[in-house]
Amino acid sequence: MKRVYAKEEICAGCRLCEVWCVVAHSKSGDIVKAFNSEFPRPLPRVMVEEAGPFSFALQCRHCMEPPCIEACMTGAMFRDGAEGPVLHDPEQCVGCWMCVMVCPYGAIARDVTIKKIASKCDLCQGEEEPSCVAHCPNEALVFEDRG
Amino acid sequence: MRFSYALPEFLVERDLERCIRCKVCVRQCAFEAHCYDEETDTVSVDSSKCVGCLRCVTMCPTSALIVRQNPTSFKENASWTGRAIKDIFKQAETGGVLLTGMGNDRPYPIYWDHILLNASQVTNPSIDPLREPMELKTYLGSKPDRLDIKKENGKLTLKTRLAPQLELRMPVMFSALSYGAISLNASKALASAAKEFGTYCNTGEGGLHRDLFQYADRTIVQCASGRFGVYRDYLQAGAAIEIKIGQGAKPGIGGHLPGEKVSEEVSKTRMIPVGTDALSPAPHHDIYSIEDLRQLIYALKEATRYEKPVSVKIAAVHNAAAIASGMVRAGADIIALDGLRGSTGAAPTRIRNNVGIPIELAIASVDRRLREEGIRQRASLVAAGGFRNSADVVKAIALGADAVYIGTSALVAMGCHVCQICYTGKCNWGIATQDPYLEKRLNPEIAKERLLNLLRAWEHEIKEMLGGMGINAIESLRGNRLHLRGVGLSDTDLDILGILPAGR
Repeated sequence: MKRVYAKEEICAGCRLCEVWCVVAHSKSGDIVKAFNSEFPRPLPRVMVEEAGPFSFALQCRHCMEPPCIEACMTGAMFRDGAEGPVLHDPEQCVGCWMCVMVCPYGAIARDVTIKKIASKCDLCQGEEEPSCVAHCPNEALVFEDRG
Repeated sequence: MRFSYALPEFLVERDLERCIRCKVCVRQCAFEAHCYDEETDTVSVDSSKCVGCLRCVTMCPTSALIVRQNPTSFKENASWTGRAIKDIFKQAETGGVLLTGMGNDRPYPIYWDHILLNASQVTNPSIDPLREPMELKTYLGSKPDRLDIKKENGKLTLKTRLAPQLELRMPVMFSALSYGAISLNASKALASAAKEFGTYCNTGEGGLHRDLFQYADRTIVQCASGRFGVYRDYLQAGAAIEIKIGQGAKPGIGGHLPGEKVSEEVSKTRMIPVGTDALSPAPHHDIYSIEDLRQLIYALKEATRYEKPVSVKIAAVHNAAAIASGMVRAGADIIALDGLRGSTGAAPTRIRNNVGIPIELAIASVDRRLREEGIRQRASLVAAGGFRNSADVVKAIALGADAVYIGTSALVAMGCHVCQICYTGKCNWGIATQDPYLEKRLNPEIAKERLLNLLRAWEHEIKEMLGGMGINAIESLRGNRLHLRGVGLSDTDLDILGILPAGR
């Protein structure tokens, strides 16, 4: 399946991927409204990891054997089809955050804006490519099938 | 605390209704002009730190930023301009030589803007380059005085042994931009674009990084007065060798790479200790005369078995024509002239702004002198310093240049915004920097694509202009000054340029 891959050698650490992730998952889809007037504001599902000059954007790796699905007691975390992305249903999520605990990449965030739920990348379902990839100013994120 | 009397050059304005406090501007400004206050959740700006590179404006996802000239000005007069006052303040505060980057920004005449091209009408047909072949291929190197051709059994063979030549798809090359002055990603983009397009890039005096040897067959390797990074493999790898005597931005002084830019990799490539200033001597200490130059030219030719052309680059100075004549007689295959508006990564402001002559006059006078002495064919003439578009290139060729070097145009294609702070090493666009945080900002793949687009666009435009003149090969334009006319130039200017005034 296609996944998002980061090229850390050209990641400028601007975090525009995080910004556009928020916009993509906002109600209005308008960047100024999403940040300045909408409530709740979604969390970015992509997180830029930094250590000195080294940086890259991290999001759910959509593992073939996802520990988060295994750990989820309500079935909120599920795989969309046999080879599809790992998705999350906020309606079923009870905020136990076992998924956060078991994720080996630290790619699941805790959203406490309204009720406690998990927040993770859905690869921008329905779009040609995820918003983070489309908006990376340095093409440091690519959406590819590397098997 | 003492404060600076100098006024901020720019005023940064933020539209608070559009600002989403994403802090992209804070993260992208190496000069720390933007600052985020967590307590109040606001981003504030210190305009005095802004250098006008527009990185923040370009990156701001909501277009919430405006950078403009500071409307507050000194009480200026014709003699004491704001710039003059500010320069005095800076020197009174620091006691230092004023430094700057990029090319001369003073309002000297730009002759390109006073020269017009011809086009065919009625009496000779113009050519459509989309329908008919058009040749821009250029060979650089010494041409023979005459050709000896032998005829045997009806077959013609060339007896004259030709000197080594560089083959260019079009008469535009990337000028000497050293690794050290610019980032490795920028060097990679230039070298790979030159190779893919079929032209050449020049290493400058920074040596050849090991990752760039793969492009060496499209690289002109420079040998400057500091001899940084010059060794056997380097000389043998390049397509040609260039002896750098001078540079248009700072004639009379050597290159200066501040220690801050001498990183581990730069140190290995230049073969100097990390963090030390790379100061090239003003002259080559083994060249005090034309005879000495001849010795170095032939030493380099010997070292490379006479397989590569040797270029000699000088800054265009008052007696450039006489010097060029000596250079040709000393055995140079290519003469590179760098004009008054030639750019640099770091130069003393006073030298950059006041030394040298415009490249247009230098091309015309050197070409004329070499023709008069009957030695024009012995060397190719490459012009550099301030070529902004394809029309400038066409005019230079018609004045007598064989090819041009572009530096600033190439940098601008990659993202340079000509903010002139290259000498600080803090280029926010990842070009003129060795800072690991900043150099990642230049994706060499994107930069290469942009360079290739620029070259292709210029190639097409040059063909269109040639076609308009009814010429189908760049060779037919070379030194063809009848295709040029001057407007708003004095008789002396026209005489030096060797062109007629418009209307005559």
